[in-house]
Amino acid sequence: MFDRDKWQEIFSTIRKNRLRTILTGFSVAWGIFMLVVLLGSGYGLENGVKREFQGDAVNYISVNSGVTSTAYKGMKPGRRIRFTNEDRDILARIDNVEKSSSRTFLFTDNNIIAYKNEYGTFDIFAISPEYRYVESLIVTSGRFLNRKDIDDYRKSVVLGRLVYEALFKNGEEAIEKYVKISGVPFKVVGVFNDPGQDRDLLRVYIPVSTAQRVFNMGNYIRNVSLMLGDAGVEQSLQVVEDVKTEMSVRHQFDPKDNRALFIFNSIQNYQQFMDLFAGIRLFIWIIGTGTIIAGIVGVSNIMMIVVKERTKEIGIRKALGATPWTIVSLILQESILITAFAGYIGLVSGVGLLELISKVLPSHDYFANPEINLNIALAATVLLVIAGAIAGYVPARKAATVKPVVALRDE
Amino acid sequence: MIKLNSINKTYYTGSNSLHVLKGVDLSIEKGELVSIMGSSGSGKSTLLNIIGMLDNYDSGDYFMNGERIYKMSEKKAAYYRNKFIGFVFQSFNLISFKNAMENVALPLYYQKVSRKKRNIKAMEYLEKMGLAEWAHHLPNELSGGQKQRLAIARALISEPKVILADEPTGALDSATSMEVMELFHEINELGITILIVTHERDIAAKTDRIIKLKDGIVDSIIANGERKKWLADQKMA
Ligand SMILES: Nc1ncnc2c1ncn2[C@@H]1O[C@H](COP(=O)(O)OP(=O)(O)O)[C@@H](O)[C@H]1O
Ligand SMILES: [Mg+2]
Repeated sequence: MFDRDKWQEIFSTIRKNRLRTILTGFSVAWGIFMLVVLLGSGYGLENGVKREFQGDAVNYISVNSGVTSTAYKGMKPGRRIRFTNEDRDILARIDNVEKSSSRTFLFTDNNIIAYKNEYGTFDIFAISPEYRYVESLIVTSGRFLNRKDIDDYRKSVVLGRLVYEALFKNGEEAIEKYVKISGVPFKVVGVFNDPGQDRDLLRVYIPVSTAQRVFNMGNYIRNVSLMLGDAGVEQSLQVVEDVKTEMSVRHQFDPKDNRALFIFNSIQNYQQFMDLFAGIRLFIWIIGTGTIIAGIVGVSNIMMIVVKERTKEIGIRKALGATPWTIVSLILQESILITAFAGYIGLVSGVGLLELISKVLPSHDYFANPEINLNIALAATVLLVIAGAIAGYVPARKAATVKPVVALRDE
Repeated sequence: MIKLNSINKTYYTGSNSLHVLKGVDLSIEKGELVSIMGSSGSGKSTLLNIIGMLDNYDSGDYFMNGERIYKMSEKKAAYYRNKFIGFVFQSFNLISFKNAMENVALPLYYQKVSRKKRNIKAMEYLEKMGLAEWAHHLPNELSGGQKQRLAIARALISEPKVILADEPTGALDSATSMEVMELFHEINELGITILIVTHERDIAAKTDRIIKLKDGIVDSIIANGERKKWLADQKMA
């Protein structure tokens, strides 16, 4: 079927009908181009958002205390709820909660952190050690805060990479050095990196126990983050309910008061994003295949005209001994060639555009590495060949049934 | 070589039917040069197409080389046409975007002969037809006579047993027509059976036998003495 002569036959007819072939090819190329660009952009968006998520675990529930908005058991609204260390430990006992950690943003007189002559204002968080799992931190040198730091009220601090770079010049080793936080010396025990946003790297973490003692915070904490292991959305929603019930009893507020607690459920949030992307992908495939189908219909139409134009030629060929199959395969092959070639051009230019976009627009938030993976490219190629065959099928059948007597009649 | 017994053929167009061949009996021996005459619309082309297996007949018997030809598959018909029959048409029916050599070589393509061998043989036949220097020209760059010689070369290349020519001189002036007839004689001398459809007396006169079609049957068969005389004239000249 794939002998050189047939190719020569095909190329000579294509050369003879250049404009027609180009116009047809264009519609197919456009279809594939659109599909590739849309799919690639969809992936770009997905990659971008996934990268945002990378900075944090996607299986935690964050609980912040708020201010009551409804009257409850004789108490007026507008009451501030304040969590203590005890709340953290109580919430740790809820079903499906693996770890419970706390985080408290420190408001001191000045948030200045200094080392030798270098200083800057950074976010200071008083945390319990489990908090590292919420942020998916990567400790690049030294260690993270541990239980002993908490129990012994150690003045230990872990620096974000950007904090370290701001304070320690010329790559000076930071571990075991002392930095001053609001004038109080803390020993640097580690430096961390975070694949998420840079903002997270302008932070330092200190033990919650130390912070409460040194900065006169009593036993209060601001935020409790619960790690849920591999719980699903359902379970996470149950945990949220349990947290509300538990806290409303302890802190005496209406469990339906949604201002008393601010709860962020990362599991549900992540799932919503993933559902959104699945939807977007489906949408793109529908649009893309629609465009390709339009291209196929175009090719089929053109091949139909080709067959009509070539009726006489087909009649001559049959008179000279062409079997129906040689005619069918001639038309089919031409159709497949046009579709595959044009589709390939669409594929390459689509991928080219995506490459260009990812070069010109380097890692924007929510849009990163628009790409189309090899499997999709392969699938597209197979799709094209099949599309070409489908496009050529009806015209080829028509060509095969051309009656030489009718085709060759002189009138 | 060719034997037809009461061949019937009716064309149906919509609600109309046209009984074109109403029982044609005909026998053509190997190596004969025969013409078929008849008025326009008398069914000459229809008969030739049936003989050439380009069309089916409704009833009767048709034997070629002793084999009955009836409603055969397209594939088989294609094989027979390719192997045994060469066609020559009034309007040449050359493929316009193929050059002379490629046109001549086409029947061999369907015999799966390699390109190289095909082209060598095509050049051979073009030379025989005096068209060697036109090998790489497209058909529309040739004169009518050259086109018909090209078509004859194409009909001959597969070394057929029979050549079927439908009004081969219909589009040619009389001098060129005579040249083409001469060519047919030369081919006939090689032992190839030739059937020429024509409505020109002087063309028919150059064949061994004239078969006259009228009202859908063979009206008369005239053995032709003129050919021998013509050949004798040629020798004297
Ligand atoms: N495919 C066809 N369908 C219907 N009528 C046809 C067809 N082919 C030929 N005819 C009719 O059959 C008659 C004989 O045609 P044809 O064999 O071409 O005659 P000739 O070659 O002797 O002029 C004509 O009247 C013609 O119109
Ligand atoms: Mg006719």
